Amino acid sequence: MTGPPLLAVERLAVDLPTPRGRLCAVDQVDLGLEAGRTLGIVGESGSGKTMLSRAILQLAPRRARVSGRVMFDGRNLTGLDAEALRRLRGRSIAVVFQDPMTSLNPVLTIGRQIVETLREHLEIARASALRRAVELLTEVGIPAPEQRLRQYPHQLSGGMRQRVAIAIALSCEPRLLIADEPTTALDVTVQAQILDLLARERERRNMAMILITHDLGVVAGHTDEVAVMYAGRIVERAPTTHLFKAMRMPYTEALLAAIPKLDAPPHTPLPAISGRPPDPTRPLPGCSFAPRCRYRAERCEEQKPGLTPIDATGHEYACWHPIGPSRA
Amino acid sequence: MAALDVEVEQAATTPARRGRLVFWLAVAWIAIVASAAIAADWLPLTSPSEMDLLARRAGPGADHWLGTDALGRDILSRLVFGARISLTIGLIAPMLGLVIGAGMGMLAGYFRGWLETLVVGSIDVLLAFPPLVLALAITTYLGQSVLNITITLGILSIPALTRVARAATMTFAERDFVTAARALGAGHGRILMRELLPNIALPLIAFFLLAVAVIIVVEGALSFLGLGVPPPTPSWGGMIAEGRDSLDTAPSIAFLPAGTMFLTVLAFNMVGDRLRALTDPRPGAL
Repeated sequence: MTGPPLLAVERLAVDLPTPRGRLCAVDQVDLGLEAGRTLGIVGESGSGKTMLSRAILQLAPRRARVSGRVMFDGRNLTGLDAEALRRLRGRSIAVVFQDPMTSLNPVLTIGRQIVETLREHLEIARASALRRAVELLTEVGIPAPEQRLRQYPHQLSGGMRQRVAIAIALSCEPRLLIADEPTTALDVTVQAQILDLLARERERRNMAMILITHDLGVVAGHTDEVAVMYAGRIVERAPTTHLFKAMRMPYTEALLAAIPKLDAPPHTPLPAISGRPPDPTRPLPGCSFAPRCRYRAERCEEQKPGLTPIDATGHEYACWHPIGPSRA
Repeated sequence: MAALDVEVEQAATTPARRGRLVFWLAVAWIAIVASAAIAADWLPLTSPSEMDLLARRAGPGADHWLGTDALGRDILSRLVFGARISLTIGLIAPMLGLVIGAGMGMLAGYFRGWLETLVVGSIDVLLAFPPLVLALAITTYLGQSVLNITITLGILSIPALTRVARAATMTFAERDFVTAARALGAGHGRILMRELLPNIALPLIAFFLLAVAVIIVVEGALSFLGLGVPPPTPSWGGMIAEGRDSLDTAPSIAFLPAGTMFLTVLAFNMVGDRLRALTDPRPGAL
């Protein structure tokens, strides 16, 4: 806990104009992340996780209205011009996307895609960029990297492609890596390998990482801190160990309960969260989760709860009727 | 059971194999015409404007392999030198359209907004203009030279190529790898040239070849109407026009250039079609 955080997101909001009205994809989000640490962002589809990561990179859709501040390494990214942002992306902040099938250019060789990024940011000669590309592929665990350089994305398996995408993201030694559901499109067996690879490289480079996922199981083993998102807001935030020991927000509990358990008897019905997330174009006056919440009361439907800290550990939650530690 | 398998396999492979054969025949024909046009000066041909007045409208023979026209000029020689004009105009005009059209189309499809409105609007204006009137106006005021005809036909090929480039760019511009490239610090120029251009190159080239075929026909039509390259320079369209008068006595004078043009246009269409099929997302098209 020394010095200012590497990344500080302050009251970030993203509004998208839609034919049905203003869609609030990200609603007043505050985040902080120190160098070398990992933050997990968890939430179901449409909770605003991806839009949040795009907004951090200033890559929100052109028609979106973004407000708030994104401070990275002492600089406000929202005020930077296009050229400064271009130099920052890939160099200081890199991204790994969900589907390596679509995030790699299908008609360029692996080698060319790595070399392009290297030369763009580091201004090195072709030969040394090629040598560096081989090193990078070796680091992310790709066998026979020299041959892979000449191959096209469709000639690689999904796991290999994601490793290539990670190699490209790591190529310029970024200080912050945003991994947007990096394992969702992959086989379960490959998922663990990719997560371990990300954790190892993060450790080695002392890089900060934001791991976006819908899987609480993924964040449990690979993050220092977790932020749970629902309907564009952060509803609970805590150091990972605290969160799993004593979660306060009913939504977090419901997410955890929805994970199938190995020791449950066969054919046990899965306690799925009933209903659907609220229509983002029609914000509710009260807590967004209230219509689906088991513990809702009158107050939940009338007033929006703010993030409240419980103790000095940094555990915060937004709920009028939190689950007590005894109940968790 | 085994016999059935074999039959199914044959049914599946034969059309593909036939398609490949046709493709290579088309490529071979284009290669023959193109190399003859390039090497015309060194080939042992009589001059295309030399008149053998003793052998007018002669049939094929030892002196004139494909016979002579109404003025006693060697038809083979005129076909070969005519190929120069047809191919020069047929290739350079769509290339002009390709460079300008693809550039405008990509910018419109990538940046959208007012730029797209402007590009699409100006293309619509160009499309609404009667092409023959434009060709007539330019050749009348600026003269009938190969350069003027090439520029005219080049301008006329811009709209179609712009539309193809814009449509192809739009389908790729929203794809994840473009966002990924942007997230990794690529500027607009790099995204357009390195990410998008390689992806839209194949459909553009396929369409370019179809445009070549169309332009060769249009050039022939212009020459036939007397708006093309002025005589005595031989051109296929002009040769057909000259042969029209002796269709009853020596039909080969008109039919030989017509046949050559037909085969060349067909060959360009075949090659273009095959490339287009390769980029067609529907699996049946392969």
